[in-house]
Amino acid sequence: MKWMKNLKTYTPPAFTVIRDNDRCIRCKACVEQCSFDATFYDEEEDKVWNWDSNCVSCNRCAAICPTEAITIEKRDYSYRRNYSWESHIDGLKKRAIFGGTPVVSMGNDKPYKIYWDHMLLNASQVTNPSIDPLREPMELKTFLGKKPHSISVENVSLKTKLSPQLELDVPIMFAAMSYGALSYNVVEALGRAAKEMGTFYNSGEGGLNKDHYKFKGNIIVQVASGRFGVHKPYLDVGSAIEIKIGQGAKPGIGGHLPGEKVTETISETRMMPQGSDAISPAPHHDVYSIEDLRQLIYALKEATEYTKPIIVKIAAVHNVAAIASGITRAGADIICIDGFKGGTGASPQVIRDNVGLPIELALAVVDERLRSEGIRQDISIIASGGIRNSMDVVKAIALGADAVYIGTAALLAIGCTMCQQCHTGRCAWGITTQDPHLSKRVNPDIASERLINLLKVWSLEIKETMGAMGINSIESLRGNRLNLRGIDLSDRELEILGILPAGE
Amino acid sequence: MELAKDISGCGIAGFINTDGSLVSGIDIVDSITLMKDRGNGLGAGFAAYGIYPDFKDFYALHIMYDDEHARKITEEYLDRKLHIEQHGGMPTRPIKKKRPIFFVYFVEPREQSTKAESEEFRKEEEDEFMVKLVMHINEKIDGAFVISSGKNMGVFKGVGYPDEIANFFRVDEYKACCWTAHNRFPTNTPGWWGGAHPFSLLYWTVVHNGEISSYGANKRYLEMYGYKCTQKTDTEVVAYLLDLISRKHGLSFDMVGKIFSPPLWEEIEKMPKEEKELYTALRMTYGGALLNGPFSIIVGYQGGMFGLNDRIKLRPLVAAKKGATVFMASEESAIRYIAKDLDEIWMPKAGEPVVVNLTEEGYRKIYG
Repeated sequence: MKWMKNLKTYTPPAFTVIRDNDRCIRCKACVEQCSFDATFYDEEEDKVWNWDSNCVSCNRCAAICPTEAITIEKRDYSYRRNYSWESHIDGLKKRAIFGGTPVVSMGNDKPYKIYWDHMLLNASQVTNPSIDPLREPMELKTFLGKKPHSISVENVSLKTKLSPQLELDVPIMFAAMSYGALSYNVVEALGRAAKEMGTFYNSGEGGLNKDHYKFKGNIIVQVASGRFGVHKPYLDVGSAIEIKIGQGAKPGIGGHLPGEKVTETISETRMMPQGSDAISPAPHHDVYSIEDLRQLIYALKEATEYTKPIIVKIAAVHNVAAIASGITRAGADIICIDGFKGGTGASPQVIRDNVGLPIELALAVVDERLRSEGIRQDISIIASGGIRNSMDVVKAIALGADAVYIGTAALLAIGCTMCQQCHTGRCAWGITTQDPHLSKRVNPDIASERLINLLKVWSLEIKETMGAMGINSIESLRGNRLNLRGIDLSDRELEILGILPAGE
Repeated sequence: MELAKDISGCGIAGFINTDGSLVSGIDIVDSITLMKDRGNGLGAGFAAYGIYPDFKDFYALHIMYDDEHARKITEEYLDRKLHIEQHGGMPTRPIKKKRPIFFVYFVEPREQSTKAESEEFRKEEEDEFMVKLVMHINEKIDGAFVISSGKNMGVFKGVGYPDEIANFFRVDEYKACCWTAHNRFPTNTPGWWGGAHPFSLLYWTVVHNGEISSYGANKRYLEMYGYKCTQKTDTEVVAYLLDLISRKHGLSFDMVGKIFSPPLWEEIEKMPKEEKELYTALRMTYGGALLNGPFSIIVGYQGGMFGLNDRIKLRPLVAAKKGATVFMASEESAIRYIAKDLDEIWMPKAGEPVVVNLTEEGYRKIYG
């Protein structure tokens, strides 16, 4: 009996699906669309029912329902209220019942302070004209990579040899999300949007499907501890190579792609057996120290003949500033710092919710540290992990980032509703699944158009804000913390962020 | 954490006799005073090149003190670090209002006996040494500010209208081949003598009309190279950037102009390959030195003067020529008032520096 409730594994459902029987025309679209077995049709009674405890509130059924018969409601907490215990009871029971640690997806959803929302931007009035980006040039072009401290010029010719750079038309890139975590069509859409917008999609750690080699010029390839799908043609297709040391959602542990998602094409791309979990180890087993990292950086540079910048991605952890300094001195061209709000396709809940730092603080201390050591020119900074809107981008750049990665925001643009079920491989919106029936729900034409729209609108919003500040080029915003003021922050927090309080 | 920025409008003027002939400060005072509307009595100043011919081999330190205590501390420090050829109070006329005290020192770095110090006193690094010395006094000694520190040049500045400041410092009694001046309209400022323009470091002087919107970015860029922005105003970054890019990195003023006010990317895109490469590299490397926001500046240096506007010309700048003299000012009237029958007068384009150097003979006359 598929639908029988089981006392032994009972935890109260988090959502209730409410149906308006008068409106329901029994088209069964919701039944067909629900990939979590939360909806079924009873032929005898000619009625559609819901199994609330399976509902993840992805809203797919409500979206598809032609008569708007479905409403999903967050259920009220039904145990006796207990401030200390109430958010821990179900988690504790699940561990006891199933004997395993819960795995979750997407970024940390706990109510930690979001520093973006405690920073206000500046604008010009009278003494300095604001600039209208619709009438005046407004430049977002960004180069990522090691810059010289000075250059030498003879007549009008450059005598200094420059390091390889990534050239971005917008300072926003698509974060590492692997083929495997994402469906084929989503990768296709991200690649197309990156190409159209003059930016980059990061392949993540799962290699790159041969079909997507066509995005050469707009791809960053990742090398992670599992080395899945890493070979010479893969390195060659990347405009930059990213060594993934850590990820904001799970600092200190490796990647995990559940076996359910390792289909034939994924196994081929990743060069691993079909159906088995793709577990990348916590550390790189050839990087146990900073000097080992240097060797890996230079091994990759050698392999690609010094034609590509090397990115090192780390999770924001307590000692992030010193680590970033070490990474710079180890020869990386770009560093990506991933805050603890960053997304994931699968992470143990305890790690996601308790380990790491907010990107705002990590970014501020890294930028300051690199400047105080005089090595900020030697490396570019990508901030990621919890960039939700264009103003987060502006604030990140004003704090000191050169560019940002967006992951969750890009998926939301495609249709994701943040139900946090990526790790199940059953994404009803077809985004984080390898089930062909589900993944065809993403139409790459539409999805890429939405991504392009998102980047265009964000760009315009960024330009408007820059214009308001009287700045017409992004490099004058970079590290320009005088354009930020803190609100509701302690003196110590202001000091760490390197900004003045509002009103000062 | 000293992050305050002062914002201001202003009037600027300057001229240079490229043949090195010396003229008194009367003309420049007239020129800047004509633009009275551009100031509000909260700051004015003058820079003059060629005023100390008898001490041209020495760095002339103009130092402003709040009190005798600051002077004592500073002079002890100077004594330790420098050979002081001569020094004394700067000549001033008595004025009623409260004012700091000003001293001038003609100095040169000297070899030190201890090894640790002799490193930084190496002769060939004199300029570098002087920069560090100035930064140290400005940052570390309370109540003391070095307002200029170049050879055979000096800055006179303070709180007041230009004619008041000129009168106080007896500017009319100095003779220089190049004068620049500033009339200040600060909208938000401490009434502070050191905050007036010109800003100066070594032989650089900057008078500036505008607000540098990129100040926060420029400041942090400079801090990376040991410059400390202590004077509570945005203009000082221009002087320090010049010192870094021109003196230390050895780039020409044309290149400096292209760094301060770079061509747009879409213009760079259309350039021939070699130039495209160069301008891309300039913008990539010197993004932190881009001056954003409205400005016109006149920069004085050893051997010349140059004027520059922001990349979309949001502030006025007029240039003119008569014989061996080149003029620049916020307003045409300021030039015509002191020079009738100009040979040429033009408005420099956005982002295009106007660079005027002394002739070789003129240079020898002043610095040779």
